[in-house]
Parts: sequence; C-alpha cells; structure tokens
Amino acid sequence: MAVAPTDFILPAAPAARGPVRTYIRRHPTIVVGGAILALMVAMAIFAPYLGTVDPQALAPVRRLKWPSTTYWFGTDMLGRDVYSRTIYGARVSLTVGIGVAVLAIGIGMTIGLVAGFMRWVDAIVMRVMDGLMSIPAILIAIALMALNRASLQNVIFAITVAEVPRVTRLVRGVVLTLREQPYVEAAVASGTGTIKILWRHIVPNTMAPVLVQGTFIAAGAMITEAILSFIGAGTPPNIPSWGNIMAEGRSLFQVAYYIVLFPGIMLSITVLGINLLGDGLRDALDPRLARRL
Amino acid sequence: MFAYIIRRILATIPVMTVVAIFVFGLLYLSPGDPAAIIAGDSATSADIARIHAKLGLDRPFYVQFATWVWALLHGDLGISIFTNLPVLKLIGQRVEPTAALTISTLIISVSVAIPLGVLAAAKAGTWVDRAVMVFAVIGFSVPVFVLAYILIYVFSIEADALPVQGYVSLSEGLRPFLSHLVMPTIALGAVYIALIARITRASMLDVLSQDYIRTAQAKGLSNENVLIVHALRNAAVPIATIIGIGVAVLIGGVVVTETVFAIPGLGRLTVDAILRRDYPIIQGIILIFSGIYVLINLLVDLSYAVLDPRIRY
Repeated sequence: MAVAPTDFILPAAPAARGPVRTYIRRHPTIVVGGAILALMVAMAIFAPYLGTVDPQALAPVRRLKWPSTTYWFGTDMLGRDVYSRTIYGARVSLTVGIGVAVLAIGIGMTIGLVAGFMRWVDAIVMRVMDGLMSIPAILIAIALMALNRASLQNVIFAITVAEVPRVTRLVRGVVLTLREQPYVEAAVASGTGTIKILWRHIVPNTMAPVLVQGTFIAAGAMITEAILSFIGAGTPPNIPSWGNIMAEGRSLFQVAYYIVLFPGIMLSITVLGINLLGDGLRDALDPRLARRL
Repeated sequence: MFAYIIRRILATIPVMTVVAIFVFGLLYLSPGDPAAIIAGDSATSADIARIHAKLGLDRPFYVQFATWVWALLHGDLGISIFTNLPVLKLIGQRVEPTAALTISTLIISVSVAIPLGVLAAAKAGTWVDRAVMVFAVIGFSVPVFVLAYILIYVFSIEADALPVQGYVSLSEGLRPFLSHLVMPTIALGAVYIALIARITRASMLDVLSQDYIRTAQAKGLSNENVLIVHALRNAAVPIATIIGIGVAVLIGGVVVTETVFAIPGLGRLTVDAILRRDYPIIQGIILIFSGIYVLINLLVDLSYAVLDPRIRY
C-alpha cells in the first residue's frame, strides 16, 4: 500500500512527526480504507485510459480465452474482454454505492428530523418505519425491481427505499436526545424558530453518526446491486456491472472460473475499503464507541 | 410479565399491517399498468387483460385490499400467474431445503461466533483479538456469492471433496444431506458469524470492565468461570438482539446462496418468480419471510427476561 507509514526515513522522535504522519498512525483504517476507495474511484474515472478496450465489443473468435498477457482477465463466452468489463464495472458499482448513500441520507435525514421534532408525525412515521424494517432490505429491493423495468436509476431507487428506514431511525434517535439538551432549550426559550434550531443546533450534531452510517450504506448498496444483478433483477444486462459479469460467468464457472473471480475480488476489495473507512471514521468521531467495537 | 408478553405480541400487529400494505401497495405505486409490466414486453392485450382479472385490478383499491387481506387471514396467498397453482402450495413445496439451510447456518454461526467473540474480548489487544477482528471485517466485506464460488473452487473443483451443488433431503441419508449442506452453510454463515462475533466482543468488553468482574477475579475464581458465568451471562442481551436482527441478513443471503448452489428452496423460488414476473409469489415470499423475521425478534425480546432476570416488565 502506497500510504504505509514510513517511519524509518526520519528519526522516530515524536516531535519531529508532521500532522499527517500522526494522523496515519492514529487512524490507520481511515487511511487504508480511504486509499482503497480513492484507488477504485480513480480506476472508475480513468477506465478508458487503463489499457481497456470497448467492454461491449463482441468477438466470437476469441471467446473463453484464459487470462494471458493479451487478455489480462481472459475473455467471456461472447469474446468480450473481462479486464475491460471489470474496470468499467467499477463505475456502476461506485455510482450505485455513492448514489444510494447520498439519497438515503438526504431522505432519511429529512424524515428523521421532522419525526424527532413533531410528536404526532413521529407516532405515524415510526410505525411505518418499524414495518418496513421488518422486511429484509434485499426483499424490498427485489419487490421494487420486479415491478419496474431494469435500469440503473431503478436499482438506485430500489436500494434507497430499503435503506431509508435505518437512517430515519438513527437521525430521529439523535434528535430526541439533542432536543433535551440545555442549549436547545435555551434556543427555544429565547424564541429561535424551529427551522433555525434544526439547522443550527441539530443538523450539525447528526453529521458524525450519519457520515459513518453513510459509508456502511454505500458498502451494503454495492453488495445489494451485485446480488440483484446476479439473480437477474438488477442493472440491465447490457451494462457491465460486477454483478452482471458474475451472473454471466455463473453457468461457466467450472470451465472458466476467472469470469466470476475478477469482478468478485474487485467487489470484495472495494467493500472492504469502504468498511474500513467507516470503522475508522466511527472510531475517530466517537471515541466512546471506539473503545468497544 | 404476562401482560408484557401480550403487549409485545399485540405490537406485532401494526408492524405486520405495514408489511401487508407495502407488499400490496407496491403493485399500485409502480408507474404504468402493473399488469402490463408483469406481462412483459411481448404480451398481447389479452394477456394483460387476463392478469388484470387475476389480480383483481379492475375493482376499487380498498375493495381489492380488503379482499386480499381477508383471503390472507384464511391462509390464501393467491394464485401464481405463471403456474396457476396456489402460492401457498408452491411455497410449501420449497420450505424444506431453506429451513435446513437456515437452521444449520443459525446453529453453526452462533456456536462459532460467540466463542470467537469471547476469546477476542478475553485476549483484547493481542494478536488473537486482532485476528478475530480482521476476520470479522473480511466476513462483512466478501459478498455471499464470492465466498460461495471460492468454496466451490477449492472444495469441489480442486479437492473434489464435496458436491458442487444441489440439495439432498435428510430422508435420503444423513451423509449426503450434510455433504450438500456444508458449503452453503459456510458461505451463508460468514457475514452472520462476523456480525455476532463483533457484538459479542464489544458486549463482553463492556462487562469485563465492571467492578463485579474484578471482585470475581479477586476472590480467586478461574478465568473460565469469570468469563462464562460472570461475563458472558451479563453480556447476553445485546448478543441475543444481534442474533435476531441478523436473521434479516440470513434471509437476504439465502436467495443468493440457493442460486449459487442450485438448492430448490424459497430463495430459488424467489429468483424464478422475478424472472417470470410472477408477482403473487413474490408477495407471498416477502410476507412469509417478514413474518418469520418478526416472530424471531419477538422470541428474542421475550428471551431477555430469561437471559437477564433483572429485567422486569
């Protein structure tokens, strides 16, 4: 890993270390996780310049070629280059992961803030959220995908719906504790408007747990997208997502396991990176929890 | 206590009502004519009309919902669009493999994860602890199907020790039953083990910093005694909670695991139903899985009183 601390260059006197060095030392998981994620994002952005060919280019002559110097990850049953498809697949997975995290947090936070501050809304909204949370998330996504046409937007929408209840519950919980804090009571007493209290005093305090939750949502959404595509209810087959590549390799696993292997490894590494980042952020932002988990 | 049990059971009614409304309402929230989407792109208008009639889409919404719930309460989950068989019957045919897979996963996971978590907490800060935590993070990150394929490659293709796929009923002998169940159980259990081990460790660490643990050690009790009798007993409530919540992860994983290992269970039925857009089956499966999930978490809630006698309702 390029970011590993290189202490041997300088004498190990603590005073000589810069702030960056101390940060790496204190939060190694944030740095490692962040580096993996950054690498994947870079890979997705620069996909056309990484020695890839058209990920959709069919060539029956060169079908099912094993990984070699020409076809780094081999070719699939239609002669498409698995390396190019895997690299381009990062775009789909990251789009879904980040898209779902941003949307779910945006929606969940709005509902959670309202529920936390208005008792009558709270009663209704939380009953609905309890009900939705008792349906396993993947089944919500499956049900939505079964009724909508396969498209990237619909995949993001379906996974977002499944994730919103958890964000709502988290934000509402934070709001309920904050509402009793003396500084919020003081703001209420001095006649500050509800919107302003929410924006000034409540929202900033929800940021840390929401950010941590956001990383775990992104990681979960990427796995869910792969699962949906894998079982044929996700991204349309013409988009090379990691789940789609693996679904195509499924029936050929015994003759050409590399088709499933490479996207599987990429997905695992990316999710691992995001999970490490999330763990690190939680430790850094909530030292009380850090000791325990 | 009795009053609490009744209250807790009654509390599942609004939850299941929301589930029912969601499962039913989805059909109407989707843009366009649900019958046309279910019928697919190559459907004729006669096909669409047939699905319309079968789903009762031509009547007012509340009449449809009331009829549907009434049938549901009588154990009627509707008729499959593709096979024309009752959904409940189709589900009944597929229950056994899924039950075998989830129960074996539940047993194996709990009996592996709790000792792992206790061990990590007992050796906090050492390499044992770190190894368990690394395993837990990896367990979270490797998707079920990736792990499943790695297992198939190592144990079936390279070592030729276990069958690649399929399911054999227990009535056909214990050995084939277990040999077909080993890899799916490991693949499905990994995330669950990671989840439980992590919470066990956290919960144990919390308890181990309490005064009564120091007292127990000071009066000369053995380490095992302190860990199991004093610490684990007191750490049990969060562990039971995560075992219950984690069942949702298991249910999601079942769909994938059954697809990879070609196990003819409810997960496989779900996937077939998606591909055929057989919505009544999907509705039935969601209702049943959610019902089981709610039931398990109800049992977990009720178990608190047994696990921790200090809890009074």
